[in-house]
Amino acid sequence: MADEVVLLDFWPSMFGMRVRIALAEKGIKYEYKDEDLRNKSPLLLEMNPIHKKIPVLIHNGKPVCESLIIVQYIDEVWKDRCPLLPIDPYQRAHSRFWADFVDKKVIEVLMKISTTKGEEKEAGKMEFFEIFKILEGELGDKPYFGGGTFGFVDLSLIPYYSWFYAIETIGELNIEAECPKIVAWAKKCLQKETVAKTLPDQKKVYEYVEQMRKKFGND
Amino acid sequence: MAKEVVLLDFWPSMFGMRVRIALAEKGVKYEYKEEDLKNKSPLLLEMNPINKQIPVLIHNGKPVCESLIIVQYIDEVWNDKSPLLPSDPYQRAQARFWADFVDKKVYGASRKVGSTTGEEQEAGKKEFFEILKTLEVELGDKPYFGGETFGYVDLSFITFYSWFHAYEVLGNINIEAECPKIIAWAKRCLQKESVAKTLPDQKKVYEFAAQMRKRFVSE
Repeated sequence: MADEVVLLDFWPSMFGMRVRIALAEKGIKYEYKDEDLRNKSPLLLEMNPIHKKIPVLIHNGKPVCESLIIVQYIDEVWKDRCPLLPIDPYQRAHSRFWADFVDKKVIEVLMKISTTKGEEKEAGKMEFFEIFKILEGELGDKPYFGGGTFGFVDLSLIPYYSWFYAIETIGELNIEAECPKIVAWAKKCLQKETVAKTLPDQKKVYEYVEQMRKKFGND
Repeated sequence: MAKEVVLLDFWPSMFGMRVRIALAEKGVKYEYKEEDLKNKSPLLLEMNPINKQIPVLIHNGKPVCESLIIVQYIDEVWNDKSPLLPSDPYQRAQARFWADFVDKKVYGASRKVGSTTGEEQEAGKKEFFEILKTLEVELGDKPYFGGETFGYVDLSFITFYSWFHAYEVLGNINIEAECPKIIAWAKRCLQKESVAKTLPDQKKVYEFAAQMRKRFVSE
């Protein structure tokens, strides 16, 4: 019997995008359900009662929550093709460390830039570039964070690229000028069909962010 | 040779304790190096330049950082005995979810209980019990979070037990009265040699915590 796979998600979510890319990499057919986060569905509340957040992957009726946990689950279940994590335990630990770094650092600084003003915003912008320069250091001369092929760390970071136009406009920054290697890496990732088909249009994301900022009085 | 495995750590750290338990479970001989966190060693700064934090496991000269990432690494390298994570991908995803929940929620709330006063502390105490009660529900009637045997989630949470006496005194709370199942579970875990030998004496931890509190709270 075919696997039943459902993804509860929200189109601009970088976390949801990670799962969509992983599913595409593995060629898994699934049903996509877009959630209204101001009016969460009974299904979402039932499947993720602890955090009540997207993304949630529902595989044959059983939920898996937290984007990086979902991606590792996908990698382990559909292990016959396109490995996302390295085989070697040390390389795997290294990948997990950097995906965790992205998780811990990037969203927080994005929030700072989008929702604050004045000195706090300037501090956010400085922090943003510090974080991305560290990532450039880790990337080095490799085509991908994963080395020769697109992998777990690339997947965990690339969705943020769809937010770059929004961050640049709201933050008055030029990411390519400060971090050219990151932008070059992102464009390389976008040559992959799975990434290109998943990442939403940058202007669409900007319009969404602006809408949210107006709602919360941050503009 | 013990030199092959080195652990940079700090005795009261719940995060370091996780790694010590994992190494004990696997019977791995290692060299323990106590760090002075007010005066971090050049080795620590070299091995964890990004976060500059303990624990760091150094295996054959190569560092692994972040306690849960280290524990998974240990489980994968020394995979011939005492598995810490389940072998089924779905069970593994669930174990990762709950260890992540402990990471995201328990430390933050417990800090508020131990290091703040007034309204912030009261809010912290409420949060702390909500979190522990959520964990009690997840534990259910099972002897361990892992089911019949001590596993990844048990390991990720049991280390906080060594701080319970400190939270009780500093927060004026009674954890056993509110969450008897958690205490019963903790005492069960303490029957394991790897846990009993790793967790420091609760009074020693309280003295350390009281010292830290003086630094952060004006009395």
